[in-house]
Amino acid sequence: MNGFGSARRREAAAGWLFAMPVILGWVIFVAGPVLVTVFLALTDYNVGGTPRFVGAENYRRFFTSADPSFFASVRATALYGLLSVPACIAVSFLLALLLNTKVRLRGLFRAALFVPVIIPLAASSVIWMWLFQPDFGVVNFVIRALGMSAPQWLASERTVIPTMVLMNVWLSGNSIVIFLAALQAVPRHLYEAVEVEGGNAWHKLVHITLPMVSPTIFFVVVTGFINALQAFVQPAIMTSDAYHAGGPNNASLLYVLFIYREAFRFSKLGSASAAAVLLFAVIAALTWFFFRFSRSFVYYEAGERT
Amino acid sequence: MTAVTAPVNGESRQRAPAPAARVRRRRRDRASWFVYPPLVLLAGIFLFPFYWMVKTSLLDLGSIFEPVPSLIPRNPSLQNFVTALTTFPFGRFFLNSLLVSSLTVVGTLLTASMCAFSFSRLRWRWRNRVFSVVLTGMMLPFFVVMIPQFIMWRRLGLTDGFTPLVAPAWFGGGVFNIFLLRQFFLGVPRDLDEAAILEGASYLRVFFQILLPLSKPVLIVVGLLTFLASWNDYLAPLIFITSEEKYTLMLGLNMFIGGYTAQWNYLMAATCAIVLPSLVIFLVAQKYLMEGIVMTGMKG
Repeated sequence: MNGFGSARRREAAAGWLFAMPVILGWVIFVAGPVLVTVFLALTDYNVGGTPRFVGAENYRRFFTSADPSFFASVRATALYGLLSVPACIAVSFLLALLLNTKVRLRGLFRAALFVPVIIPLAASSVIWMWLFQPDFGVVNFVIRALGMSAPQWLASERTVIPTMVLMNVWLSGNSIVIFLAALQAVPRHLYEAVEVEGGNAWHKLVHITLPMVSPTIFFVVVTGFINALQAFVQPAIMTSDAYHAGGPNNASLLYVLFIYREAFRFSKLGSASAAAVLLFAVIAALTWFFFRFSRSFVYYEAGERT
Repeated sequence: MTAVTAPVNGESRQRAPAPAARVRRRRRDRASWFVYPPLVLLAGIFLFPFYWMVKTSLLDLGSIFEPVPSLIPRNPSLQNFVTALTTFPFGRFFLNSLLVSSLTVVGTLLTASMCAFSFSRLRWRWRNRVFSVVLTGMMLPFFVVMIPQFIMWRRLGLTDGFTPLVAPAWFGGGVFNIFLLRQFFLGVPRDLDEAAILEGASYLRVFFQILLPLSKPVLIVVGLLTFLASWNDYLAPLIFITSEEKYTLMLGLNMFIGGYTAQWNYLMAATCAIVLPSLVIFLVAQKYLMEGIVMTGMKG
């Protein structure tokens, strides 16, 4: 009995010790910094000085448009997410459907569609800058050859976000692979049941495929929005230089670039922290929404559809 | 179906395959009309940027600004690579990136699997409560903790070095990796380690000599995804590194952009060189990467 007790104590001690890295890591890199961010959001602070408490002043500035670039960044980010997520989902789902047929060389096609994801985003951003260069880029060459007027792409307020969205479609290999795996997991006998009933491909898609992969679609939509809220590399590389960040008239000042600019260009760490707190709240809400509602929106095989 | 494919003499095949099979074959042919042209077209479009990058990198500056770009480079040369890779200390950046990414991978594999071992195999009070607290770090965006981390490393005098880039990996290596490894460990039969413990083996030995060797596939996946994430990272080096001799490749590329505005042939040569290692990893480890994406996408 005594030996048993000491073995359990030994196991518990080992348990704590083995888990220690992440417990410390959580305190040092997660919990501590979150508290500090929440605190700094209430101060006026630059790296050299000491934080000066200003209450809700940082937030007030955001919402009273004392700093119009905040609203510009919210608008740009909303546009970016609302265009990018549906476009990427539509294209990658379609491509996954195509790959899920009895296509030959499936592995090769899948690899070709996936390669862009593997490349460093900073590098692919440079490639896209060159492709979409207004005067000498190959895209505008083709457009002019077709007799249409060539847009300014990244150089224009109106097209800068859509250009990045196009690039995101090119980068949707992740969701293609995830969708394909989900499609392949749909049991064959369900399709056979539709065939027996005389249904066609459309019936199969609507009554079997879509309900069966709806958890995956839901997952990809939510993570897509969470990622869109955090897009940084594209606007930082493609539309910023040493003096400006965020492109023509702040049109591509995505939210996180705004945070970065406040903190590391303007040295307004308090204001940047306040913006980070708001971002955190939105992402936490999205995550909560995902866990809370995923069961009622989508079909899970084990459960009931509600 | 067997009745159709089995006969080898041409006559019976020519004359009359069973009606059901004929319908099926025709349907398949029609389906491939819908499938192949869009797939080939889209795969071509997806790969085109790479082709254009390579093509541009082989041109001299004059040919870049031709009004009608040619699909195939006339007088290709590797001179741009020489210029682009020697004007900047490219080798230095490469080694820096390699060092940072390797240390990140080692730290992640070691500490994340230790923690996953504890959360999946060892029984201790509060284990599940601690795990669910730690899980809160999973969805936490880096931007929320970026500023305090920056202040902390600055106070410690460790900015402009590799510590801020590498250290988090040695403290659990990201909750998400722990989560993945834990899922895998839960599926490994317990008999082996329980027997070893009864025979007096330490937990350290069980961990290193029994569990880890059985977990190679998931370790490879986690290692690869971690390596790529670290190799491709742009934001953290941008914040923490200031002096040029400590630049990673991505910061080097950023410097190229500033230094070679509009000299697209040099820029594309540099980009080629930066893309190449990732491509090699992809070609070698494609299978594991796809598995990793599915794993993180489906079970996450």
